[in-house]
Amino acid sequence: MSELTLTVMRLGFLAVLWLFVIVAVQVIRSDLFGTRVTQRGSRRGGDTGRQQTGRQAAAAAAPPQQRGQQAPSGGRQRRGAPTKLVVSEGTLTGTTVALQGQTITLGRAHDSTIVLDDDYASSRHARIYPDRDGNWIVEDLGSTNGTYLDRTRLTTPTPIPLGAPIRIGKTVIELRK
Amino acid sequence: MSVVTNTTTIGAIDAPSRRNTELALLVFAVAIPVFAYANVGLAMTDKLPSGMLGYGLGLGLLAGVSHLVVRKFAPYADPLLLPLATLLNGLGLVLIWRLDQSPRLIQRAKGLFGAFHPDAPKQLLYTALGIALFIAVLMLLKDHRILQRYTYISMAAALFLLILPMFFPAVNGAKIWISIPGLGTIQPGEFAKIIIAVFFSGYLMVKRDALALASRRFMGLYLPRGRDLGPILVVWGISILILVFETDLGTSLLFFGLFVVMLYVATERTSWIVFGLLMSAAGAVAVASFEPHVQSRVNAWLDPFACYKTDKTGACEQIGQAIMSFGSGGTLGTGLGQGNSDLIGFAANADFILSTVGEELGLAGMMAILLIYGLIVERGVRTALAARDPFGKLLAIGLSGAFALQVFVVAGGVMGLIPLTGMTMPFLAQGGSSVIANWALIGILIRISDTARRPAPAPAPSPDAEMTQVVRP
Repeated sequence: MSELTLTVMRLGFLAVLWLFVIVAVQVIRSDLFGTRVTQRGSRRGGDTGRQQTGRQAAAAAAPPQQRGQQAPSGGRQRRGAPTKLVVSEGTLTGTTVALQGQTITLGRAHDSTIVLDDDYASSRHARIYPDRDGNWIVEDLGSTNGTYLDRTRLTTPTPIPLGAPIRIGKTVIELRK
Repeated sequence: MSVVTNTTTIGAIDAPSRRNTELALLVFAVAIPVFAYANVGLAMTDKLPSGMLGYGLGLGLLAGVSHLVVRKFAPYADPLLLPLATLLNGLGLVLIWRLDQSPRLIQRAKGLFGAFHPDAPKQLLYTALGIALFIAVLMLLKDHRILQRYTYISMAAALFLLILPMFFPAVNGAKIWISIPGLGTIQPGEFAKIIIAVFFSGYLMVKRDALALASRRFMGLYLPRGRDLGPILVVWGISILILVFETDLGTSLLFFGLFVVMLYVATERTSWIVFGLLMSAAGAVAVASFEPHVQSRVNAWLDPFACYKTDKTGACEQIGQAIMSFGSGGTLGTGLGQGNSDLIGFAANADFILSTVGEELGLAGMMAILLIYGLIVERGVRTALAARDPFGKLLAIGLSGAFALQVFVVAGGVMGLIPLTGMTMPFLAQGGSSVIANWALIGILIRISDTARRPAPAPAPSPDAEMTQVVRP
């Protein structure tokens, strides 16, 4: 066999071997980059919820962009705005959820942000969301036993003062800095 | 009762089943060894080898059958594991066949044993047995969580398999084989590797909280409690015993390394890795200082050319020849069938098969082969990430960790990075137990990945069905 043929075969074999490796890597590429981000727990979210979904999805897909998107909203976020939600009474005592502009749903349904294990809570009990000015609003979603802010039963979406107890069944939550 | 702090679900875009991708890659993976086979024949005898059709069809048939079985029994499995393993196995067959053709090795075998037996047909038979076991795993093991029931039985079985070779005579200085009259020899350590991973994942799944949380912080390291140190000390002791009584560095390293890897994954405590490295270093140094077999391996590793002529065991000469074959291969290699890696003589087609790759395919081919091993490990780790149950996660990590450790130990030994140990390169090297056990390992990984990538089942009935109790004043 001529030297030339063997050289061509040798290089050809290496090329084919590497081609296989590259094709294999292409197959797994979808695992690394091509992910789909879906938001759970905002099915009842209405317009506000949907907007949040879009922003959250974009933010989750590209973390560097998140900062860029939040920078303009920095002006809206006043000093002293709450940064976390804390469960202070009930079976979930001690649980905290960071407030990052997303809607938080509370209830016994599995897709709630905070799943309440509380016989006196409805499956979709209440939701907490930021309004356009960055104030956090609590809204009762037509629950059986009602949602209480301090001592008053909620009838309309109400802004939450820092540290005010929100009572749902046996669970009490509050917003803290 | 649970709190979901992260309200996003991240899922793959693609359709979950990727069997057609697998089929295309599989065709590719069978074609490459056939090309290599033709290349070896043309280079060594100037004509296409006569057995080419047989080997090509044999490998293609095995790959096709295994693909159909995966399609039927594990439709959502990872599309890469099977083609990657098939390619390595096919290339291994070609390399073994190439060394069978070597006049030097034929001469040597005739001089030593009076007759020469080619290894390639045997290896093809073992490959068929391995794929049969792979198919059996997929058909019989419907759910990997069944293995969880056999946690302590598998511990006993693995210890039995590891201790068994002690009672059989040493072969080439290491007691890692058992011989069954009429059937030949078996290397039980290869099977013990899988069974021990089952035990570790079952054990750590139960104990990981105690190991991770009950600890004191000292100098930035989490020190576990004394009683939690028990298991790691026991495993360390066993691996040292294997090293002393069976003089088998490879199995001992694999056994202990696997435990440390799984302990780290289960508890997320870096301190285990620090302890593991310290303990294995201490153990290795202690044993190397008084065990002559291990000592000669260490000497051969430190300076193979110093003891090239004086060493009686041949360890130095082997390492020296392996290093020279890598060197003469250069970047692009000498071409298949045109190297002199058969100068290694003994075990050229087993432990030292990587030096044939290094010489005839060069650095470029070597990197491709190592990347293929890396991709198999990556798919295993990816399966572990995607698995939904903790046992499956730990088992997938354990199996891919064992595979990775074995590749590291063999490749490192042949290239002179660590002392050489008696282990085989998975799929590539000649050896029945190794190829059969590794096909079983791939089978279990495919089973776990099928479960992990299967679309999530419908959620359990929600508590909406229960009425909310009304507060009565």
